[in-house]
Amino acid sequence: MEVLAEARNASRRFGAFTAVSGADLLVRRDEVVGLLGANGAGKTTLIRLLLGLLPPSDGAVCLFGAPPSRLARRRVGYVPQTLGLYAGLTVAENWAFTAAAFGNASAPVPEQIAPWKKQLASGLPLGTQRQVAFAVALSHQPELLVLDEPTSGVGPLGRARLWEEIRHTADRAAGVLVTTHNMEEAEQCDRLVVMADGKVIARGTAAEIIDGATVAEVRCKDRNRAFRLLDASGFSVQVHGQALRVGAPAATVGELLSREGLDATIEVVAANLEEAFVAIVTPPAPA
Amino acid sequence: MRWGLENVRARRGRTLALAGVTVPVDASGMTVVVGGDGAGKSTCLGVLVGLVEPQAGAVHRPAKDRIGYVPATAGLYTDLTVQENLDFTADAYGLSRGKRGQKAAEIMERTGLAVARHRLGSRLSGGMQRKLAVGLALLHSPDLLVLDEPTTGVDPVSRAELWRLISAAAAEGTAVAVTTTYVNEAARAARVVLLEAGKALASGSPEDILNAVPGAVGTVQGTERPTPQSWRRGASWRVWAPAGILPDGVEPVDPDFDDAVVIAALAGELGR
Repeated sequence: MEVLAEARNASRRFGAFTAVSGADLLVRRDEVVGLLGANGAGKTTLIRLLLGLLPPSDGAVCLFGAPPSRLARRRVGYVPQTLGLYAGLTVAENWAFTAAAFGNASAPVPEQIAPWKKQLASGLPLGTQRQVAFAVALSHQPELLVLDEPTSGVGPLGRARLWEEIRHTADRAAGVLVTTHNMEEAEQCDRLVVMADGKVIARGTAAEIIDGATVAEVRCKDRNRAFRLLDASGFSVQVHGQALRVGAPAATVGELLSREGLDATIEVVAANLEEAFVAIVTPPAPA
Repeated sequence: MRWGLENVRARRGRTLALAGVTVPVDASGMTVVVGGDGAGKSTCLGVLVGLVEPQAGAVHRPAKDRIGYVPATAGLYTDLTVQENLDFTADAYGLSRGKRGQKAAEIMERTGLAVARHRLGSRLSGGMQRKLAVGLALLHSPDLLVLDEPTTGVDPVSRAELWRLISAAAAEGTAVAVTTTYVNEAARAARVVLLEAGKALASGSPEDILNAVPGAVGTVQGTERPTPQSWRRGASWRVWAPAGILPDGVEPVDPDFDDAVVIAALAGELGR
């Protein structure tokens, strides 16, 4: 599959600070790639490198097979988390302005945002604004779409509909790069790239990132006491409904609880993506 | 129900923000209200803490000084340092020297904010600000902790730390009500209320909501939407058949909580 955007061993330093360090990233046509990382991990800088908004200090970056140029950027669509709409313009004016900037001044307002044509962007509910921003970013039929937390704040149905559109975009021969903190969004991606401290530290499908990691699921009549005990002992423990999920071997957890006279059933279950992510990006706590 | 909302109707300006919503909250486990922007989540919490007057229904809450509340966009003084925020809050609640010192030390330890003790609130990262705001709401050991979207926009590492802080309060017997737009966070709850357009589309424990999924759910590949009640799940489609009969070629699957939430929303739409 054709490579749309690529960073090879790319680094970017700002004075003494290294924001991105030897990162590799590929986005091919027809795929949705998720870029994950805590705040300050280097995601935004890496995207700015890919789009040619910043030159790399080291390594190479390619956009559509050549170093990023203004011309290549015309083939990219971008929806920031803040949506990038002009609050004081109507939906139709937002559309016309962006379409004109990309040289499509006569493009008609698409059907899905037509109902709000005459309304100011700032007056619309956030979910609707997001739909408008998305349509505007797609106005020039970009081959590479870059989305920052595309469904944040959208209800379950709106989220399902937006992902249908993102998938539809990928299906009609575009590549999509999604940066997100939202594990539901991450699980919608074909591949994930995880960054920490400027480096790519894991990559693959959600299942490959989880890589068989497990947590101990604890059910105990005195759940609150079990939580306090495990928490005070420095384990990473999270409440899940009636159960506790602990990032530690079941035997260790069982030993601790029984030593304190707590009767618990412990089951080893597959970690979810969020648990795996947190375990990958945080150094193990001292035992 | 110890605390919470019973069949509450409430307006925000001219719009009906809550159309008869019940949100039970007690110390037996966390209550999570999940929904998108404009669903009515903040109004729910506003009614719960007494900032929004309901038009109908019953509200159960402890005395005002037994509540810890963090709104979605504030909860700390950005022009005070971390330490000054703690001192100011402790003074406001009239906490004794000994009590405040012990509690503040515990909050500093749990939030990892000790290193930033003398930093201005405005100079903290988003995740640290949220942790401090939750910490301040816990300083007077409230009976009811009410948090409006504490984890929105917060990265997963800080999010796990925030949930640890919230869960620890719950484990010490504090009743907790939290709103979120992240469906997967609802799995932490003992009770979930799925809110959309001011109505509860589903409520109960995550297991209850999962067990209440009507009809059948399946999966199928392809680029065309297979039925009107279908949505994307990664590269494949999820199909919901309300009457339980999946179309040919759709492979049945056991729905998960994410499916259950979308189905509840679809069912709400069908019923409208």
